[in-house]
Amino acid sequence: MNIFLYDASFEGFLTVVFESYRLKIVPDTIVEEAEVLPLFSDNVLHISADEQKAQRVWKGLKKKLSPAACSMISVVFLADDPSIPMLLFRYIRKAIDAPKSIETNFGDSDVLEAAKWYKKVGREAERVRQFVRFQKTEDDIFFAPVAPLHNVLPLAVEHFADRFSDQKWLVYDTRRKYGFFYDLQTTVEVTFDHLQINPRIGKINPDMMAEDESLFQQMWKAYFKSMTIKERINPKLHRQNMPRRFWRYLTEKH
Amino acid sequence: MNEATLQKLKTLAESAKYDVSCASSGTTRANKTGGIGSAAGLGICHSFTEDGRCISLFKIMLTNHCIYDCAYCVNRRSNDIPRTTLTVDELVTLTIEFYRRNYIEGLFLSSGVIRNPDYTMEQMVKVIKELRTVHRFNGYIHAKSIPGASQELVREAGLYADRLSVNIEIPTEQNLKLLAPEKDHQSVYLPMSYIHQGMLENKDERKKFRHAPRFVPAGQSTQMIIGATPETDQQILTLSSSLYQQPSMKRVYYSGYIPVNRSDERLPALVTPPLVRENRLYQADWLMRFYYFTASEITDKGQNNLDLEIDPKLAWALRHPEMFPVDVNKADYEMILRVPGIGVKSAQMIISSRRYGKLGFWQLKKIGVVLKRAQYFITCSELPAQTIQEIKPENLRLQLTEKKKSNPNQLTLNFSA
Ligand code: SF4
Repeated sequence: MNIFLYDASFEGFLTVVFESYRLKIVPDTIVEEAEVLPLFSDNVLHISADEQKAQRVWKGLKKKLSPAACSMISVVFLADDPSIPMLLFRYIRKAIDAPKSIETNFGDSDVLEAAKWYKKVGREAERVRQFVRFQKTEDDIFFAPVAPLHNVLPLAVEHFADRFSDQKWLVYDTRRKYGFFYDLQTTVEVTFDHLQINPRIGKINPDMMAEDESLFQQMWKAYFKSMTIKERINPKLHRQNMPRRFWRYLTEKH
Repeated sequence: MNEATLQKLKTLAESAKYDVSCASSGTTRANKTGGIGSAAGLGICHSFTEDGRCISLFKIMLTNHCIYDCAYCVNRRSNDIPRTTLTVDELVTLTIEFYRRNYIEGLFLSSGVIRNPDYTMEQMVKVIKELRTVHRFNGYIHAKSIPGASQELVREAGLYADRLSVNIEIPTEQNLKLLAPEKDHQSVYLPMSYIHQGMLENKDERKKFRHAPRFVPAGQSTQMIIGATPETDQQILTLSSSLYQQPSMKRVYYSGYIPVNRSDERLPALVTPPLVRENRLYQADWLMRFYYFTASEITDKGQNNLDLEIDPKLAWALRHPEMFPVDVNKADYEMILRVPGIGVKSAQMIISSRRYGKLGFWQLKKIGVVLKRAQYFITCSELPAQTIQEIKPENLRLQLTEKKKSNPNQLTLNFSA
């Protein structure tokens, strides 16, 4: 069994593709370095991400595939599921080997599966755009914790940069422990060792809040509560539209 | 901004919540540098109330004081409820602060009538003008036009709002007058025509001067209350269809009457709002806007009210067995659209993919056709299953409604296919 270990980055994944072609070894599975390996791991290959190799694979793909399919690959890669690297590996292999484009061949299970993940990831990114709640800190930074199912922050930040271009903001993925900070000029990736928030509901410590922050939170909560029409209560529809996993950080839900 | 504002906010949210429109779609506006906000093409829902409705806009009233006494309204003069007014400053600050925290897409401002329609409208215009000009707010703004407001004020509001709306509320004038003695259809249709004219003139202007300011880029909408008065669905849909004749009319909303004033004997004693009927009307509205149905077809053959048990498209098909089965490999687009179980997307895909070869059940399924329904109304390259011709409409109706009965509370707005 050929096991490729990589660092879980996109660059790392493309390097896996590169090495697999170079060594002529087809992986049986591609896993993150940190994972516990199965007992019978006979052929384990450690692949370290290499920018140049990754670039060569990406350029090759761009020649062979449409821009839509390339962006599909980079989006699906953000899905949080152990099956993803192998799925994309098979997809890429088929795309490279096939004489004709495979992109719309939904009779192929990998093509269909990739399309499904593409949709799922896109939907999760949309939910982040919907349900992020910023809290204003005393130094005028609008901070929002999120914990999406997939690693979709990279897909959502452009929207925030456009919409909130005149305020500093920080969106932080507490599950993957990294975020994006916008300083009125550019958006940069950041990580913190220790985040000063209430881990259960994501509230920043009261002494770090802007003076009027707690008032606006109260206002929003009150508004949310008043908007419900009791005659029409429908908890199922409520949960369907606003999945429970997002409630944790929603101001109006606490 | 303080505790007092919080109290006002609660009171006015209570007063504003029955207005249904929460669509913030229709405008795409990238952020202009130095301003805040952008309007995304399809409005984002930022939260959902416990009744499952989308909160996209900050829907609020300037004041719930009102000199009028409309029977169906919580805010009518004769009701004993807490009354309050938000200042222009409070409204502007709340909108901006909510927006900055990603709670909302923008503002939906309405108001009770204070002093007179023009005075009220002036106050509302102040709010949206300040948002746009002083704060350079680029988020979405929907403003109600107060019935009876002057053309000048409607025009001014249109320069700052993405959408304006004037609610008809009651479909026939006679019943409107009965329930809202101070209003008549003139007070509704005049502002509607001001908005319409404004949009037409703006179109010309923008042809000449590319940078002329836009006038209500997302058009206008209106709302009718369903079930407060005895109008039939046929009357309601005929009215909607004539409203949609005006290209500026983007949406008609239907709001199942919620008995907010229980003791008024002019109103029916409903226990629960007519939610199923409301849903059927939305489906019928959908058929008129995207499926080339006319109001008279939807309610033909003496069907003055929509069938509550099945959706209006299926109901029409069952009333017209002579039109089926439809050959999906030959029929034109409009006829394919009429097949229960085939939606706009699937119909388009059928048209484009049948050029490559005849379609069978398997392909139709892949395309997204709901065969469970559609099979009785189509023929394709394969041997047909039994169609409506063999089964007969009455039996087919029974067959298609059987399972549904187990879950009568489930409401869907779209035809699930
Ligand atoms: S004018 Fe508007 S706010 Fe006043 S009572 Fe009538 S519907 Fe209600």
